[in-house]
Amino acid sequence: MGKPRVATTSLAGCFGCHMSFLDIDERILDLIELVDFDRSPIDDIKHISQRCAIGLVEGGCCNEENVHVLYEFRENCDILISFGDCATMGGIPTLRNNIPLKECIDEAYRDGVTVYNPKNIVPQDPEIPLLLDKVYPCHEVVKIDYFLPGCPPSADCLWAALTALLTDKPVELPYELLKYD
Amino acid sequence: MSDKIKITIDGKAIEAELGQTILEAADAAGIYIPRLCAHKDLLPIGSCRVCTVIVDGRPQASCVKPVMDGMVIENDTEELLQHRRNIIDMMFVEGNHFCMFCEKSGNCELQALAYRFGITAPQYPFQFPEKDVDASHPDILLDHNRCIMCARCVRASQELDGKNVFQSIGRGFDRKIGVNGEKALGDTDMDVNDKAADICPVGCIIKKRVGFETPYGERLYDKEPIGSDIEKGATA
Repeated sequence: MGKPRVATTSLAGCFGCHMSFLDIDERILDLIELVDFDRSPIDDIKHISQRCAIGLVEGGCCNEENVHVLYEFRENCDILISFGDCATMGGIPTLRNNIPLKECIDEAYRDGVTVYNPKNIVPQDPEIPLLLDKVYPCHEVVKIDYFLPGCPPSADCLWAALTALLTDKPVELPYELLKYD
Repeated sequence: MSDKIKITIDGKAIEAELGQTILEAADAAGIYIPRLCAHKDLLPIGSCRVCTVIVDGRPQASCVKPVMDGMVIENDTEELLQHRRNIIDMMFVEGNHFCMFCEKSGNCELQALAYRFGITAPQYPFQFPEKDVDASHPDILLDHNRCIMCARCVRASQELDGKNVFQSIGRGFDRKIGVNGEKALGDTDMDVNDKAADICPVGCIIKKRVGFETPYGERLYDKEPIGSDIEKGATA
């Protein structure tokens, strides 16, 4: 049996959680001994190639592409983990949830004080995923098995959760690793 | 005086005084009952229900329930923990709580209770309600997004400051803290040195130009859960 596979992705997040993940520093060498990475920004694999044991999702869902990726992760990962406040609670992107979508787009492409857009064009290319009406935390879109809050969750928090899962121990964060900021 | 009576909390016999509430008696005995709207300097109102305990088989808000001789109280049970988690969860989804840029983070009692209860994500759908921010006062910011309707500020202004700056207005989901002024907080007689400016358990009433004063790791609830001081008997 090969090593368990781990896939990671960043949806509507800032990649800060992945940066925090890399903050496990030299422990990443230990991690490589334990797991193989599948789809992830770390190795730039674009789609999950085979069944994964663990999927790590950073960021919530703000557009249809985020939802498609999240579905791919849910379908192909035994355990799906929301990591970071955007994935678990929506985070900063949800600041737009009180503002109608049209107002958001107008502010970004038409009315904003720094906008230069003489043709008054709002990007409509089919390559650009459509925005959702609101930003949703991941567990409001698919079932999530574990949550690691934090903005970002500390490297120790991620390490504690991953090593617990990989060694068949319960994922119980010690008090000082459970943080929302 | 024979005001001393005996009660039992989670099987532990403790001595209490007539006139105390269950919460006060537990505090004195070094037993922490989680609470949010209750504050030692304020009259209790039994609003948030986080301090609910089972008294002789019936749920009661311990901050308003006086002790009586022979009471058998359950506090630290799986059922009550779930009940308290549910309340905290609801508060998180009914407001807009952005811990990552809130100056109160680390010193926030709502957040600290969520940490203590081990909540990693709320179980209810987020409401993302539309709330106002009142920045009219020169020294104090009133951010309704973070309000949990504990009414501590209402009581502190009346009981401790001898003013009447805050009142609850509206009903149900639309309930909010109103100010007793022409339009906003800046029109009231609220002063930055008022007790009401320091009493908010969350980041709803915060002082301007303070910012993130305490470094991460040294804040009130960074290392030890809320209630640790009571459990160590510091306030007994």
